[in-house]
Amino acid sequence: MTRSKHRVWKYGDNVNTDVIFPGKFTYTISHDPAELARHALEDLDPSFANGARAGDVIVAGRNWGNGSSREQAVTCLVAAGVHAVIAKSFARIYYRNAINNGLLVIACPQLVDLVESGDSIEIDMEAARIHLNNHALSFSSLPEQVRRILDAGGIIAYLQGQG
Amino acid sequence: MSLQTLTEKLLARAGGRTTVKPGEIVDIEPDVALSHDNTAAIAEIFKRLPHKRVRYPERLAITLDHAVPPPSAKHARNHARVRDFVREQGVRNFFEVGRGICHQVLCEEGVVGPGMTLLGADSHSTHYGWLGAFSAGIGRSEVAALWATGQLWLRVPETMRITLKGKLESGVTTKDLTISLIGRLSSDGATYMAVEFDGDGVAALSPDSRTVLTNMMAEMGAKNACIAPDDATWRWLSKTLKRTRPHDHAERLESFRERSLYPDRGAVYAARLQIDLSEIEPVVSCPHAVDNIRPLSEVANTRVDVGFIGTCTNGRLEDIAAAAEVLRGRRLRARLIVIPASSMVLREAAEAGYVADLVEAGATFGTPGCGPCMGVHMGVLAPGEVCISSANRNFRGRMGEPDAEIYLANPAVVAASCAAGRLIHPADLADES
Ligand code: SF4
Repeated sequence: MTRSKHRVWKYGDNVNTDVIFPGKFTYTISHDPAELARHALEDLDPSFANGARAGDVIVAGRNWGNGSSREQAVTCLVAAGVHAVIAKSFARIYYRNAINNGLLVIACPQLVDLVESGDSIEIDMEAARIHLNNHALSFSSLPEQVRRILDAGGIIAYLQGQG
Repeated sequence: MSLQTLTEKLLARAGGRTTVKPGEIVDIEPDVALSHDNTAAIAEIFKRLPHKRVRYPERLAITLDHAVPPPSAKHARNHARVRDFVREQGVRNFFEVGRGICHQVLCEEGVVGPGMTLLGADSHSTHYGWLGAFSAGIGRSEVAALWATGQLWLRVPETMRITLKGKLESGVTTKDLTISLIGRLSSDGATYMAVEFDGDGVAALSPDSRTVLTNMMAEMGAKNACIAPDDATWRWLSKTLKRTRPHDHAERLESFRERSLYPDRGAVYAARLQIDLSEIEPVVSCPHAVDNIRPLSEVANTRVDVGFIGTCTNGRLEDIAAAAEVLRGRRLRARLIVIPASSMVLREAAEAGYVADLVEAGATFGTPGCGPCMGVHMGVLAPGEVCISSANRNFRGRMGEPDAEIYLANPAVVAASCAAGRLIHPADLADES
């Protein structure tokens, strides 16, 4: 079985890229994972950056990641060790950025109402299901073409693999 | 032969196909790949690829606009790295510090026009749809991949058709229309979708103001937004290109005419909406979301510390003209920062006397560029300050401190509110002493 276990950080609807990663650092912090991780969710949840552990997941409401196209809003979570963001829905640029930077994004509308921060859930990628307590929630898998990019770890890794 | 929306036609062309269907994944070859101050960061990602050379350097367009002139040594080094990249790769469409905001400049310079396709490392890349182009925002790694291969995957969006009828009342602008629409459909009302505007109401909107509509559809989650070119579009292009490209303006205009595309009658839309422009009233977006809209009358009298007129949304000549109209012969009670969207706008505003009017009233002018729009350049807010801005985004912390409050409104309302020191419609300003 390909089930993996994860601790939840739960947030609401319409969390925008400015509170995921502050705009004021857009041109000063680009790649350094430690610096990226230090500012993750700074203006949303000041306890996140210190408290996050590798493998944690973020569970959120609708329209996660609306706003700017800044990729640090994805890479700061990767740097903080976040395994996946599972939301009711995603803003489109965020969704693309996530796939193209190797962050697993799962649209699963029911989950956010069933969990609290600190709960643990299991993700089964093969069966495309999320397990918690006595619930099993399905999600839809990505189109093949796009899944290959995510699996490679993002579009850069994908092109490196082809080059 | 299937009937297609304007977006579908544009994507079919960019994907080298005769038709495309919503939901399909297509690899497109855009005409233009846009980046700005973030070019250096993208170049870092690009270095990790085996390709080394940009596949089509003539398709790149790069502006320095987000933090100009550089406010710190760190920003200056960033600009220097962008210039190195431009030289190394032989990028010709490069616009220096002071020329203006990417979206304004690429339209003025005729880099993008009707029938073309642009992908940009900027969320407001939906902007160019006002010229009948397909344009969408993408992330930095995607831009690096696009530089390397000339291609990128896109999902063909469903199209929402919004038909505009009638005319806006006096004192109501396209900004009011746009934020009303976002308030009504919410910030994810068009996620993954194309939005196309048509109807006789479009003809009544000036070219300057049409950009507000397509630019701000990003705030409704749209992938792209477009308006088919009409007489006003062609007149704007003809007049502007004569100024910016004196040597080849006629050829450029002709190539846009040959390339321009129009939606088929009978194309299939996933959603339709009709808006009567005469019903739109002055509105403001309240902190901290664009779709948190209220009629101006309900929040009138809210204290204002500072105003900002500028950005790719409302920093054009007609916006500065509207502010000058309101403030001529008055003195400001709140601070006002005015930043023209481009050097061309600045020059025209100076020629028309608007700069003098505004400076006389007590306003401060900044270098054409983004200014404090995203909190990286001069004009940022202190904690607890209340700002009224003509920008497109009022998220918490956007212009500096997280506990500053940002209201969004049309430029005349921004100007009037700075004159009064509180939110007010210009029509009510006359009663003020
Ligand atoms: S003016 Fe503001 S919204 Fe427009 S491109 Fe610049 S930072 Fe982005």
